[in-house]
Amino acid sequence: MSEEFKVEIVNPEKSFLVKDDVSEVVVPAFEGEMGILKDHISIISFLKPGIIKILSKSGDENYYVEDGIVEFKNNNLSILTSTIFNLAEMDKSKQQDLLKQAEEEANKTDINDQSKYLADQKVEVLKTLN
Amino acid sequence: MASLDDLKKRIASVKSTQKITKAMKMVAAAKLRRAQESAEKGRPYSEKMNNVILNLSNGISDKENAPKLLSGTGQEQTHLCVVMTSDRGLCGGFNSNIIKKAKNYFAKILDEGKGLKIITVGSKGNDQLKRVYGDKIIENISFKESKNANYFDADKVGKMVIEKFEAGEFDVCTIFYNQFKNVITQIPQAQQIIPLNNEGEESSSEESYEFEPDEDEILSNLLPKNISTQIFKAMLENSASEQGSRMSAMDNATRNAGEMVDKLTIEYNRSRQAAITKELIEIISGAESL
Repeated sequence: MSEEFKVEIVNPEKSFLVKDDVSEVVVPAFEGEMGILKDHISIISFLKPGIIKILSKSGDENYYVEDGIVEFKNNNLSILTSTIFNLAEMDKSKQQDLLKQAEEEANKTDINDQSKYLADQKVEVLKTLN
Repeated sequence: MASLDDLKKRIASVKSTQKITKAMKMVAAAKLRRAQESAEKGRPYSEKMNNVILNLSNGISDKENAPKLLSGTGQEQTHLCVVMTSDRGLCGGFNSNIIKKAKNYFAKILDEGKGLKIITVGSKGNDQLKRVYGDKIIENISFKESKNANYFDADKVGKMVIEKFEAGEFDVCTIFYNQFKNVITQIPQAQQIIPLNNEGEESSSEESYEFEPDEDEILSNLLPKNISTQIFKAMLENSASEQGSRMSAMDNATRNAGEMVDKLTIEYNRSRQAAITKELIEIISGAESL
């Protein structure tokens, strides 16, 4: 009896990642981090900036996302996102760039509370990476 | 009859045209492969997005209070049409097919006495539409600088559409683009994106979902994204169609130029022979009379 399920990450340009030997995925859902195991109930939620952790037999992977939607159904996890980076492939300068962008955004005064909150989140997550 | 010199010049000019069209065909073929690839890669995202929204809208309990992007404003008085065309010409019937489709739609709307607003994406569409519908065009966007269709550009168009929707400038939004079927066939499409038209599509399962946070919040977050996604999909399909259309148009042009060169060459040789024969006859008859 395997405890594995399939995860698929797509961004607008292409199918970013498909893996079918995943044992657990932790996603930064809007109302807090959410761990998904096999046979989780069908769920739809969206993401805030954070780290997606994918735990599988072939090794663990971490991805940084800025937004997205997750849908889990019949042991298929689909993650739709427009901004995603593999942490293993992301170097320091890229992180710094993103952090600078996020900080600039967070320091704007003319944005509404939700965008402000999201920008703050980005800054926070990116800071913990460094 | 044209003189030998004229014929020679014409042959040379047709040949150089043929070289150009051949080169354009090669370029289009190379670009087509890339555009087709990205169009195919982009499909899962928009399909998934559609699926999620379908599941969501089926799960929504209170249809009355559903977000306006989903259910519409309740009337159909003003139509916004986003006509997506290319920035470059020489691509066969690509642009005129979209324009034809769009013009039919415009005529229908105006006949019904409804308001019409047009956003053109791509300069070729704007050129063709501004003569007749110049006063209806409220915005003209062109992405000449961007090499390939990218999500960032699509998002810009999407945000603009949503802004106008929220400002109450229109009730129904339709996008016009060419769907890429294969190199020879591109199908002009009219797709309604606001309100979302889900009729005829059944959700794959009746399974109920858990939502976190609740449906309304997810929907209101998701729907604007979906608009951009649909526009992005249209852009991808369009760029693949454009290259496909250009490729077959240039292929035809190359072949026609080849035929023309053959015909002109025959004509050239004939006149050359005629001239030689004439000279011979003159010499012979001159010699005989001696």
